[in-house]
Amino acid sequence: MAELLTVHDPRGYPPKVQGKRLAPRLESLDGKIVYLVDCLFDNSELFMDQLKDWFAQHLPAVETRIIKPRESWVDDPGMRSVIEKEGDAAILGVGL
Amino acid sequence: MALEEAGVPSVAVHTHTFARLARATALANGMPRTRQAFVPQPLVGKNAAELRAYVEGADPISKRPFVQEIIEGITKPLEGEDLKGLSFERTTPRLVAPGTEDDLQRLFMDNHWTDYLPIILPTEERVAAMLKGTSHKPDEVVGRMRPANFREYWEYTVEKVAVNAVMAGARPEHFPVILALAASGVSARSSSTTSMANVAVVNGPIRDEIGMNSGIGVLGPYNLANAAIGRAYNLLSQNLQGGSVPGESYMGSMGNPLNYTACFAEAEERSPWAPLHVQKGMKPEESAVTIFFGGWYIASGFGPRETWKEQLHRALVTFNFIPPFLVMDPICARYFTELGFDTKEKLIAWLSENSLQTAREYWDEQWIQTLHKPLAVAGVEPFATRLKAAPDQLIRIFEPADINIIVAGGETQGAWKMIGGRLTRTVSVDAWR
Repeated sequence: MAELLTVHDPRGYPPKVQGKRLAPRLESLDGKIVYLVDCLFDNSELFMDQLKDWFAQHLPAVETRIIKPRESWVDDPGMRSVIEKEGDAAILGVGL
Repeated sequence: MALEEAGVPSVAVHTHTFARLARATALANGMPRTRQAFVPQPLVGKNAAELRAYVEGADPISKRPFVQEIIEGITKPLEGEDLKGLSFERTTPRLVAPGTEDDLQRLFMDNHWTDYLPIILPTEERVAAMLKGTSHKPDEVVGRMRPANFREYWEYTVEKVAVNAVMAGARPEHFPVILALAASGVSARSSSTTSMANVAVVNGPIRDEIGMNSGIGVLGPYNLANAAIGRAYNLLSQNLQGGSVPGESYMGSMGNPLNYTACFAEAEERSPWAPLHVQKGMKPEESAVTIFFGGWYIASGFGPRETWKEQLHRALVTFNFIPPFLVMDPICARYFTELGFDTKEKLIAWLSENSLQTAREYWDEQWIQTLHKPLAVAGVEPFATRLKAAPDQLIRIFEPADINIIVAGGETQGAWKMIGGRLTRTVSVDAWR
């Protein structure tokens, strides 16, 4: 019978995951401000333009505003502050 | 997720290729039920009409209308599970359940803990022997890594680094260099879609102490220390950071052969110029390892010949978002000193001044658009000036600080290799002896 070996596990140590709750949802989008967050990946700007236009045509009671972080892949607390103060919801994209 | 925590209902849109990654990231951040919607891949290269079709079409994951996913994501009432998120602890055992050699090799491979080549199994005896290569205690925390800046950091100890060093086939005398690489916190297994790899360059007395190669075949598989240290850096990166699993924690579309191993020593004694670590402020008698992040391209040349300027320029403008470093055989380096470049800095200045490309071509690159354009719009130099250039105007695409030169090679040929890689960290090896 082949010898049994005991070996080390090569993986590092993960952090504890702390659960976070989702925000309450809106009852309706009518009269609300929805921020379209362009995350700056190539062509996301054009995609958000099309999404904004779709809202204008199909849900004109919703105000959409396109907003961008200052830099790619870097959290922008200033941008988030604007959304939190003035917006009712956010659509972020496009991750690729 | 930060917006959700602040009370703003949100939906994140990704292309469908990233569905597993997006869900894994949400889970690892304690918000597994964050609302996500998907459009078809690719997004890049699509025109307005095609993107409008994405908006008006179906989410390729849920198969429901994309706009329905968006609207319901913001308006559909939450369910019980949404209100508490998900907290959990994950532990990593010290040892794996005993098994035969064959079973363990298969287990390690199936768990994505290897590079799909056989490894040296990290028995307790072998790891204990590796730990003798440093004065640091086994339970000392070395650092932390993550595959992307939107993922969580995983932490690791000296012992965990030793486990991966054994797996790579390294010897205890190699261990201080491997620990220095682990301490850098710079993963050699970035999850980027662009398929990154890291190249490690070693300087100082440690090179000869551990028998590294800076001569013939310096960039190839001709030396144990070079090969094992580079392999250890890659294995420890993938295993200590939480994984490098295709589709989940690795998204490199084409992969990169430098992810097997990429580590070499500078030929300091045969170079007409100062060594890399001295250029970065260290003393010649200190030992260090420098990490170049990228590994995208390798352009090759010989010389300098009559058209050396054109040849170097042609190679330079092959690179874009990731700048180049030049590995130059000592024969080639000495010829450049005869042309008046008696320091690396003078040749780097020439390379920077001649890294000329039209603004049109520069701005037409996907990652220049994604990463440099926002900085240009925000007024950050040198990007802001590049953005103001007319389309056919030649602009300088690399600053001197972007470019580095290392001398290495066996002097059988006056060759140079220009490799894509941004100098990211120079780390003391002596600190890990």
